[in-house]
This record gives sequence, C-alpha cells and structure tokens, in this order.
Amino acid sequence: MSAPRASGYFRTSYAQDVRLLDTRMHKSVFTLFILALLVAPFFLGVLALDLANQVLLASIGAIALMLLTGYAGQISLGHAGLLAAGAFTTGILFKEFGAPFWITLPASALVGASLGLIFGLPSLRLRGLYLAVSTLALHFIVIHVGGEYETKRGFSTGVVIAPPALFGWTLSDARAWYYVLLAAAAGTLLLSLNLLRTRTGRAWRAIHGREAVAAALGVSVQSAKLSAFVVSSTFTAMAGCLFAYYRGFVSAEAFSLFVTIQYVAMVIIGGIGSLLGALLGAVFVVLFPYAIESAAKALVGRDALSNLLFAANYAAFGLVMILFLVFEPTGLFGLWKRMQNWLLLWPFKQKPVGK
Amino acid sequence: MQLAANIAVLASIYALISCGYVLIYRTSRVLSLAHGELMMLGAYGLFVTASLFAGHPLLAIGVSLLLALVIGVLVYIVLMRRMAGEAVLAAVLATIALGILLRGAVVLVWGAQEQHPIQALGLANSSISLGGARVSAAGLGLVVATALAYGGLWAFLRHTVWGLRMRAAGQNPLLAAQRGIGLHGIYALAWGLATLTAGLGGMLIACDSALSQTMVVIGLKAFPAALVGGLDSLLGALLGSMIVACAEVLLIYYVDPLLSDVVPFVVLLAMLVVRPWGLFGSREELDRV
Repeated sequence: MSAPRASGYFRTSYAQDVRLLDTRMHKSVFTLFILALLVAPFFLGVLALDLANQVLLASIGAIALMLLTGYAGQISLGHAGLLAAGAFTTGILFKEFGAPFWITLPASALVGASLGLIFGLPSLRLRGLYLAVSTLALHFIVIHVGGEYETKRGFSTGVVIAPPALFGWTLSDARAWYYVLLAAAAGTLLLSLNLLRTRTGRAWRAIHGREAVAAALGVSVQSAKLSAFVVSSTFTAMAGCLFAYYRGFVSAEAFSLFVTIQYVAMVIIGGIGSLLGALLGAVFVVLFPYAIESAAKALVGRDALSNLLFAANYAAFGLVMILFLVFEPTGLFGLWKRMQNWLLLWPFKQKPVGK
Repeated sequence: MQLAANIAVLASIYALISCGYVLIYRTSRVLSLAHGELMMLGAYGLFVTASLFAGHPLLAIGVSLLLALVIGVLVYIVLMRRMAGEAVLAAVLATIALGILLRGAVVLVWGAQEQHPIQALGLANSSISLGGARVSAAGLGLVVATALAYGGLWAFLRHTVWGLRMRAAGQNPLLAAQRGIGLHGIYALAWGLATLTAGLGGMLIACDSALSQTMVVIGLKAFPAALVGGLDSLLGALLGSMIVACAEVLLIYYVDPLLSDVVPFVVLLAMLVVRPWGLFGSREELDRV
C-alpha cells in the first residue's frame, strides 16, 4: 500500500503490507507523540486546553471535508450547515426529549447521513461549481430551519444543553473533554485512513482524477460520489453534535458562512489530498486568530477595538488563503513533504527520478 | 400594484448583480464567489468619491464607476491570472479568499457602521408614486440602470469587435487564442465589466437603503438568479432574477417575512433538480465544468 519507509523492500506478508506504521523508528516516534498528546492536558493552561479542544473538534470536520473535497474532488460549501444540522439535532433532542448522549450522537450521524444523501443526489447530475451551489443552498436551508426552531420555541438566543454523561461521568471540565475529543478525532482519523485504502477510497480518488476514466475502469461514479457525501456529512454532523455539547449551547449564529470558509481554508492551507494536511490546516486555522490577536496586542500595545480585530482577522485570513493558493498550492503538507525530502536527501538537491 | 413594483425593484437588483456572474462565467468558466464583496467595494467607492467631489453627484458616480472597472481589471491581473493553469476548484477558492480579504479590508478602512452615500452626494431618495405604487427614486434608478446595463451589454457583445472577441473566447478559448485574440485582455475586460455592473448595483442599493457589510448577502442571493437562468446566458440571468424576485416577494408577503434569505436557494435547488443547466443555459456546459 504505502511506500516503504525502510530502505529496501522487506515485506514478506500481506499483514506487513497493510501496516500503518512501518519501521521501528516510525513506531517509536509515533508512540512518543501519542504519549505527549495524552499527558499534554496536565501541562496546559485553561486557554491552551480550550484551544487544543477546538483544534481537535475542528480536525474532525476538516478530515470530513478533506475526504469529500481533497479525495473525492467534490466541492462543498455546506459544511457549516452540516455542523449546524448535527448541533441542532442534538439540541432539539435534548430539549424536547431529554435524550442522552448515546442517542443524540447516532441521531446526529443519521441526520448528517440523510442530508448528505439528499444533497449528494444533485451531484449525480451536477459537477464542480453547480455542486458547490447546491451545497450552499443546503447551508442556508439548514440555518433557516434551525433559526425557525429557535424563534418558534422561544429560545431566541439559542438552545442550552447540559453537559453529557458518559459511563456515569459528567463531562464538564475541559480536561475530560480533551480526552473525549482526542478519542473522537483519533477514531475519525483512523477510520478515514483505512477507508481511503479500501475500494471506496480508491474509487473516490479515481473520480477525482477523471470521471470518465473511473467509469471505464469499472468504478460506479454515482455510488462513489454519494458515498463520499454520506461519509463526509456523517462525520461532520457528529462533529456538530460534539460541538454542541462542548459549547453547551446551540444557536444559528454560530454557523455562519464564515465557518464553512474556515473549513475550506483548513483544507486548502493544509494541502488538498492529505489527511495530515487536514490536521495541519485545522491547527493553523484555529490558532490563527489568536496569533493575530496577540500580534495586534504586541504591535498596538493595548487592546485594539474588538470589531477592528475581527476585521483584521478576516483580511489576514483571506490574504493567507490567497498566498497559499498562489504560491504553495499543496499547502502545509507540501511544505512538510519538501522539508522531509530536503532532510532525507541532504547533501543532495535533486529528488530521485520517479519519486 | 405595490407588489409588482417591489418585484421589479428586487428583480433589477438581482439582475444587475447576476449579469456579472454570467459575464465572468461565460468568458472564463470561473465562478466568482467574491462578487458580493466586489459589489460592496463598488458602493464604498461611491462613498469615497461622493465625499471627494461633494456637490457634483454625476462626476462622483462617473468616477466611482470607472474605479469599479479598474478594480475588476486589477483583480484579474493580480489574482485570477495566476490561477489560469490551475483547476477550477482552485480558482473558485481564490475568489472565496478574495471575498474574505475584501470583507475584512472594508471594515478596517471604513469601519463597521452603516454609511449613507446618498447624503454625501447631496441627493434625496424621495419616493415617487407610479400608478398606485410607491417606489423610491433609487429603486427606480435600479430598474433604469438594469435596463441600460443589459441593453449596453447586449449591444457590446453583439455589435463591437471586443464583444465578438469575448464571445469567441467564451466559446472556445484555444481557437480564439489561435486567431490572435489576447485571452488575458478579454478575461480582464470581463472581470472589469462584471465589477462595473455589480458596483453600479451596489451603489444604487447603498443609496436606496444603506451601505454596510450586510450587502454581501444580496450578492450571494443574486447567484441563484444567474443559475436559474443558466450560467452562460444574459437573457437567462434577467429572467432568472425575475423568477427569484417574484418567488421571494410573494412568499414574504403571503407566508413569512423570515423566509427572505432562503427563498432564492430553494428556487435554486428546485431548478437544479429539474433542469440543472438553467432555463437558457447550454446543456453541454455541465460536462465542461
């Protein structure tokens, strides 16, 4: 499957071939990384912990969008709508029926999957831009329905959700949330990683490459597109559910078009067509506003007007996206790969042919 | 009667903006999702010129229109030209990024509060009664401007050399280039014209109500109009705008005013299911994108 990392090709069985971690070095580095993630919350402050949680939440959504846009090549501008769908499903089930976490999460997933199916259906007849538009319509409709629910039921500011209970524990402190979100993100990542190696994932890449060729090779373009939509929106709606619980609050205003753009930015900045890119993009996009804020504080020396800061954020964000699109279309992942290659090949400069 | 007048005004808003989507898409196969922001920028251009040339409203409007044209051309030269060899997705994403950048930059430069360029122009937005309906002067201006813009664009595309070149570039860029048509010039012109019409729309909307960042939504809502009519047909954009405006005004009037933001997109969705290439769009376009 993956290109062997060890020098020489020592694989003697299929089990070795499908292993995600190849060499001993790779395994030990990865173990250290996991350990660092596990002990991190004990060393992080309140703000840093919240940021870490936000990154983990965003990475679930980013992975989902990466599957759809980066791998299957379908443009979606309805990501915020899908997050909202998950969050509102959770909020409504909790408020109306007092449903516990173990019901709201699958329910959100189900709602996400059916929305993905419904709004993926146009993708069978539409391509590219047209598809982006139908997903944009999805966004506005979901937000409208959510807003209607809020006003009709009198929760004009939003639906308040109590912290969920998992195995008798109530998730209220940020550290507990960190582990839950870490598990969720890791689960999503692992699932996606393996999904991409299956027939489904290869079909997605094939239709991304060229639909006609994919069809000629025996890939069912229709089912590949639909499955990409369904899987992506299921993950996204689940992220929305977690988001609702984490914030303890659902409101239509939290899912503006800007959220969609942020997720699209994660995919672009991270690097289209790479799961690692999705993670890097999530980290970048979540931390970026805080970096701007602290930069502004350092430059101006005092708390700048909050709405100006917001605007500066927008502008800088757009600028960074443009810079990445123009100068580094492969994103952070591309930078990372280039650095890796440079280290690997040093003191030589040229990559071996065919790599 | 009042309903008909409201529909006419809303339809001309959408039509004026959506012809930009059509122009850009038709010539360069790129969907500009920064169109709402460019419209807003055009309106802020008027705000600037209005205070520069106080007392000369016509001069201010003329200069701001020129400014919009230049902005559009610059957008192409600086940003979109670099996206030439990239995938369609990248180009669309670049316009999204541009939109975000502009949205932030506008607040940074002009602040977040509402502006009223019409006061700076020294004009009054009086209401005019027309056969039982009341229309604001700016609203009437919108209808007239739309008629002028569409007439002008039609004449331009039909009867001038540059219009012919633009149509050729849209039909087959490779052949057009082979015949000696400079594609970059044509594309830049398309962006300029699109920004000009959008800016004109933005200015009039700003005169009619107020100038603020919420205008961007109008640009976004004009997009379904372009798509309903068919993304590569000007006539379609006009008709699509009427359909969307009709649906929106009637539903707001008879059902629920809160629906205003959703209606265009519901119409759009219905259209995508029934006839994805739009009323007047050509069918093969679907395979090209």
